[in-house]
Order: sequence, then C-alpha cells, then structure tokens
Amino acid sequence: MKTIEVQVKRQLTPDGESYWEEFSLPYRPNMNLIAVLQEIAAAPTTKQGKASTPITYESNCLEEVCGACTMLVNGRSRQACTALVDKLEQPIRVEPMSKFPVIRDLQVNRQRLFNDLKRVKAWIPIDGSYDLGPGPRMSQKTQEAAYPFSHCISCGNCLEVCPQYNDETGFVGAAVIGQVRLLNSHPTGKMNAHERLMALTGPGGVHECGYAQNCVKACPKEIPLTEAISQVGRDVVIESVLDFLRG
Amino acid sequence: MANSRIIIVGGGLAGLMAAIKSAELGMAVDLFSIVPVKRSHSVCAQGGINAAKNTKGEGDSTFKHFDDTIYGGDFLANQPPVKAMCDAAPGIIDLLDRMGVMFNRTPEGLLDFRRFGGTLYNRTAFAGATTGQQLLYALDEQVRRFEADGKVTKYEGWEFLSAVLDGNRRCHGICAMDLRSMQLKTFAADAVIIATGGNGSIFGKSTNSVVCTGSAQSALYQQGAVYANGEFIQVHPTAIPGEDKLRLMSESARGEGGRVWTVRDGKPWYFLEEWYPKYGNLVPRDIATRAIHKVVYELGLGLDGKAAVYLDVSHIPVETLNRKLGGILEIYEKFVGVDPRKHPMKVFPGMHYTMGGLWIDYDQMTNLPGLFAAGEAEYQYHGANRLGANSLVSCIYGGMVAGRTAAAYSKNNAKSAEAVSSTVFEQELKRQQELNDALLKGQGGENPFHIWKEMGELMTEHCTVVRNNKGLRKADEQLVTLLERSRRMNLSDRSSWANQTLAFCRELTNMLQLARVIARGAEARNESRGAHYKPDFPDRDDANWMKTTKAVFAPDADEPVLSYEAVDASLIQPRPRKYDIAA
Ligand SMILES: Cc1cc2nc3c(=O)[nH]c(=O)nc-3n(C[C@H](O)[C@H](O)[C@H](O)COP(=O)(O)OP(=O)(O)OC[C@H]3O[C@@H](n4cnc5c(N)ncnc54)[C@H](O)[C@@H]3O)c2cc1C
Repeated sequence: MKTIEVQVKRQLTPDGESYWEEFSLPYRPNMNLIAVLQEIAAAPTTKQGKASTPITYESNCLEEVCGACTMLVNGRSRQACTALVDKLEQPIRVEPMSKFPVIRDLQVNRQRLFNDLKRVKAWIPIDGSYDLGPGPRMSQKTQEAAYPFSHCISCGNCLEVCPQYNDETGFVGAAVIGQVRLLNSHPTGKMNAHERLMALTGPGGVHECGYAQNCVKACPKEIPLTEAISQVGRDVVIESVLDFLRG
Repeated sequence: MANSRIIIVGGGLAGLMAAIKSAELGMAVDLFSIVPVKRSHSVCAQGGINAAKNTKGEGDSTFKHFDDTIYGGDFLANQPPVKAMCDAAPGIIDLLDRMGVMFNRTPEGLLDFRRFGGTLYNRTAFAGATTGQQLLYALDEQVRRFEADGKVTKYEGWEFLSAVLDGNRRCHGICAMDLRSMQLKTFAADAVIIATGGNGSIFGKSTNSVVCTGSAQSALYQQGAVYANGEFIQVHPTAIPGEDKLRLMSESARGEGGRVWTVRDGKPWYFLEEWYPKYGNLVPRDIATRAIHKVVYELGLGLDGKAAVYLDVSHIPVETLNRKLGGILEIYEKFVGVDPRKHPMKVFPGMHYTMGGLWIDYDQMTNLPGLFAAGEAEYQYHGANRLGANSLVSCIYGGMVAGRTAAAYSKNNAKSAEAVSSTVFEQELKRQQELNDALLKGQGGENPFHIWKEMGELMTEHCTVVRNNKGLRKADEQLVTLLERSRRMNLSDRSSWANQTLAFCRELTNMLQLARVIARGAEARNESRGAHYKPDFPDRDDANWMKTTKAVFAPDADEPVLSYEAVDASLIQPRPRKYDIAA
C-alpha cells in the first residue's frame, strides 16, 4: 500500500526536550500538509504503533494569506497549507520555525514581529475614525509600486531565513522594513516618515542587514524585500544626516 | 466614567473597528482573540467592499445600494439598519483610504470600483485580490497604535467560553481560556461586544477559516441569547474542492468577465448567461449555486460526470488578470497546480457565509443587556442572502455602531462591574472549569474528530443548497445522537499545556447545538427565500414567512424553541425577486 511518511519534531512544553516522531498514513492524492496533520489528530498513533497526541500547530485561513501555519517543511520555512504532499520528498520532515520560541510542537511565538511593528510605528496616524472626507489621490503608478508591500502576510519566512535575525542584533527584519517602505510611500504616511526612519537608526535598525538576500527568496508573496531594504537604508542615512544638521 | 471598560471578543474587521471606536471614545478596551488578530478570517476576503460612490457616471446612489441589498436579501432584513449601513458606506471607504489601504486607482488617481453580483453598478472598491487582508491590516495598525498608547490591551491566544451574567441576565464580563496554560479566568467589563465571525466549521469543509466555528455564539445562545435566522446559510457557487477545506474562487473573477460553463453535446454551454440574460454570470449567489446544482445533479452535466463546472477567465488578457485578479489566480495555481490564465478552473458550490447570527437591536445589542454583537456573528444586514462585497462593509459598520453604543451603554447604564457580586464571576468560572474537567477525565469511546466529520457531512447534505423536510428531520435526529455521543468523548490529549484537542472538543459541543438551530429553523420555514430553498415550497410566502426566526435555547429539553418576529419593511415595499427578467 502506498503511504505518506511524516517525521515530526515534537516538544511538549517551551522548555521541554524536543524529540522526533514518525507517522505513516495511507496515501491519497491532492493532500496538503494540513490535511496530513488533521488526519494525525484524528488517529494519533505513531508508525511504531505507540499512542501519541495530536500535533499542536497554528493555522487559520488555509489559503496562504493569514500566515499562521508557517513551519519548516523538509528544512524550508513555508506555509503548511500550500505544502502539497504530491510535490514533497518523503519522509516529510516537519519542524517548528527555529527563530521563535516554541510553545508546543510546531506552534511558535511570533509576538516579536508584532512588537517590532509597534517600534517603527507602522500605522498612519489618522485624526480620527469620523467621516472626514476622501483620502489623498494616488496615481496608479504609486499604487502599483506600493501594492506588493501591502501583500505581506506576516508569516515570518523572511525572518526565519535571515542570518542577522537573532537576539544579539535585535534586527527588525525584512517584513517590518517592507511595512516602513509601504507607509512612507503613502501620501499621508509620508508625513511621519521621519519617525519611522529614526526608529530604524538604532540597534536592530536597517544597518543590521547583511545583504544575504535570503528574505526575498523565501517570501511566499514575492515581495521585493531587498528593494525595500536598500531604499529604506538610503532614506535612513539621509534622515540621520538631516537630523544631525538640524541638531 | 473614566474607568469604563469594554471587552471585545474577536479581532476580525468587526472587532477591530469596534475597538477603534470605543478606544476613541475613551473606553479602556480588552480585546480577545483565539488567533493573533492579524490572522483573523477577514484576511480571506478577496473581492472587495461595496459603497455607492457613483464615480462612473452610472447614476448609482446609496439608496440603490440599499435597494439591491434588500432585494438581494429577499426582503428578510429589517430595512432601517440596512439603509443606515448603505448611507455610511461611502464614508467607510474614505476612512479606510485615509488609513492607507492600497485600493486600486483610476487614471485620475481616484478609487476604482468594479462590479459584483446582484447589482448592475460598479460599486465595489478593491485592493488587488486581497482586499480583506488589506482592510484588516489597516484596522490592525490603528489598533496597534491604541495599544502602544495603553488604550487597548490584547489577549491573543485566549478563547471566549461564556458570558458572566447576573440574575437578571445582564452581562458583566466573560469567562475565557488561555490556550497555552489552559487556565480559565473571568474578566469584568461594563459592556461586551461579540465579533466572532461565522460558523463554517459546522459544515465540516467550507470556505471559512479554521476558527470559524460559531462556538462563542452558540455558548451565548445556550446562556439565553436569542439566535436569529440560523437557517440562512450562503453557499458560494464557485469554490475549489480540497482535502482540508473548500477554497473560494472569488466572485470578482466573474466581475472581471469570468464565465461559467459546462460541456453539453460536446460544446461549451454558458448556462447562466442563457438562463439569466440580464445579470448573466453575476446573478446573486443563491441563484448561481442552484443553477450549478441543477446542471450537475438534475441534468447530469457535471464535468466528466463529476460534481464540477468550469469557471473560465482564460479569454481575458493575462496582463489584466494579473493586475486585477493576481491574488486569487495564484491561489488556484498553488493549490490545484493548473494555471487558470490558460485553462478554465474547475469549481463547485461550497458553504461560505452565515447570514443568521446573534439577534441584535438597531444598536447592535443582544437581548442580554450589556452584550453586543457585530460582524458575521450577528444577523442584521443581509436578510436571506448576502450580496458579494457587502459583508466587509457590514462588519465595519456594525463594529462602528457597536463600539459607539457599547460605550454609551457603559456610561449610562452599567452598574459598574466592581459593584456586581463576585459570586456571579466565581460561579461562572466554576461551571466552565467543571466542563473542562469532565472532558479531560472522560473515558468514553467516542473520537471527537469523527463526530465532527459526521456532523459536517450531515449538515452539508441536508442543510445547504436544496432542503426538504424529511431530510431536515433526519438531520436533527442525528444531531441529537451526535450530541449524546459527544458526552462520551475520549481525548487523545489530556495534558494541560497548549491542548488544542480540549479546545476543539468544547467548540464541537457548541457547534452541535448550533447545528440544531440551523436544521430546526430550516425545517420550520415552509417557503423558499434567498439561500433557503425547498422544492416542496418553491415560492416566497410573505404572508406567512416575512419574519425573522428567533431561536431560544430550552435548557431542560436541551433543544431550540422557535418564535418569529415581523420584519421591518417600512422603507421598501416587498416585490418578487426575479433576476431572469429585465426589471
Ligand atoms: C474566502 C472568503 C472570501 C470573502 N470575500 C469577501 C469579499 O470579497 N467581500 C466581502 O464583503 N466579504 C467577503 N467574505 C466575507 C467576509 O470575509 C467575512 O464575513 C468577514 O471577514 C467576517 O469578519 P468578522 O469581523 O465578523 O469575523 P472574522 O474575521 O471571522 O473574525 C473573527 C474573530 O473572532 C475571533 N474568535 C472567534 N471565536 C472566538 C472565541 N471563542 N474566543 C475568542 N475569539 C474568537 C477570531 O480569532 C477572529 O479574531 C469572504 C469570506 C470568505 C470565506
């Protein structure tokens, strides 16, 4: 009988030891890794016949737009929902992302990404949510150039593969810089470009980038992240000089 | 009033908008969500958001938007709140634009609008094919700003279990579970807003996200909240069947010129265009869904004899497709492995949207004082069938209203939560803890995942496109059996850290109770209206059924009791809904 062979790296608690478990399921065509994890949950017995537990993992939309189900599949950071079994080498090796603390099994804590968005003030400070009339006009060209950056799903692939993304550098990483690029190009967002750029001058700022260019290859949405980093990098330098001159 | 506190459950569009409004009004906001709010189901919305801005010289107006919505909803929605929503919609688009949403533009730099189902106007603003994500992110950013200012506190990774109610059924807070430590805790507030989305998971596979179980709504229904129009479930005509879920192929594919066809006598047959010459491929969803159902099951013309028809955009220039539909075409390509720019897509209807929901008044308050609801979790804006791109606007509008009215309620009414006897909190905590303990100790032989699967198949068979009373009766009887079995569940994980099985089992019991509301409501309603279609009662029956279904839980009988409320049709005279003739 044709089977699907899966190896899952498990860890029951944040400071528990990790260990591997193997599962073997009857093959069906057109399965994705989520369907495999669902099947294991319904009958969590290992290949060796040992009773185990359902695997803890994050998921929500299953359409590769919420970013939740990011994990390492055969060593590559990607979304489990678009990991099609028919296209994967077996045994499929599944691990939690390595750059974030494990909560349990494949579930990790990506709060740092959200905190960094706070740090760079990734929002447009509107006057209020009342009806204040239309927003600013924007050319199709500007919209089309900015749109790819608004496409980021906060999955963290770009952070997982970045050699500079670690506790030592505190680097905010490509996703956050992409958001700065996006907001700074918006006609209203521009008015606060200074604050966002200055937030990227200190430790963990844009200069921590080592130009490994892994981020752009790992991005599921093909966002031109290195372009954002170059541009924001330049803007940060200019802004710092101006800031210095202004005293 | 300085310390008025509002709890918002749910961080989709409705919950986030409610958070912004109430924080802006000086409330302290506690925001609860199972998933990090930025990963809420609202990200899935692809097509766009409606507002009659009339920027294309078509003579569109907010009244026409209102009329389309009421007509599309087959005259089941109360009209005044729908009118208020349509009037507010252009301002909502402006607000989102000011927040930085990268909407598509016209050559002059204005917002671009496209056509969606159930209207003849270009009324749908869109940001590529990822509108929901863009809108959610914009609201998320504003909420993060309030969070940075200390005005909003997020509880992400917490699941709402129940409301804390006093002897008069007034709501004073919630009981929630930390999904990591599995600890239960009660939280006090002057008002609570429920914005927990739809209930696709009741149907097993749907186009909804994993956390759309309707569990919170069901828990509240079991605590005495009225659940309205449960039987109205939207089945989207064009979903991509999958092993783990049904993925939506957005109506925008047809809005941009996509055509639905099957093969008849060896040739393409564009049955929607033939049957509905005026609206063509853009008839409302219930109509397109039934047409596909008919083609496949009655005429036996499914592709290769299977349950599928073509949705075809391959005649549209690739450049246009990439610019306007890139996101959704990528989904098809990624999940099916075929390029829809070159080959027609294979689609079939799938459960998509929950028109029914918690009953609310025009201030978004449920029948339990202090408990409000907004978004897909409530029933107010879509009647018997939702028009495409109307949900995002109803979520944001409902969130705005609820944020405002909950704040006003907190100021005017609430006996401040501190003054409430602490025993109501202790009792609720104890009740919830006992439910958890029972599940963790259970030694029965039932597998929760099997029960879920059976429920999903049962509901999809009997409670979606075509309904008949015999099938509905059977469905309800089997749901009772499944509920009994669910009391003997055996958890394969009994640990007390990040135990997703435990959380799932709690949701499952709630889903089963809500499934009964759907089945019973459908059985009782002997007419056809919007998404609710019974061949034995093929016509709309306004004399007997232009009424809202209200389900109340009877704890002793452990079942729903139905009553009805007249629809407020004070603004537009009901007329027959016919998309096949020129109106
Ligand atoms: C594939 C797809 C495409 C769509 N496209 C469109 C479109 O183009 N235009 C349109 O108008 N509409 C569209 N819709 C409909 C629309 O997306 C939804 O109706 C809308 O996003 C619902 O938003 P919401 O705020 O009510 O809830 P959701 O976005 O579903 O958010 C629910 C929130 O509640 C939380 N939650 C749920 N239960 C609990 C609990 N027990 N405790 C704590 N938190 C809880 C969740 O974590 C989440 O944060 C689409 C729907 C689908 C499925």
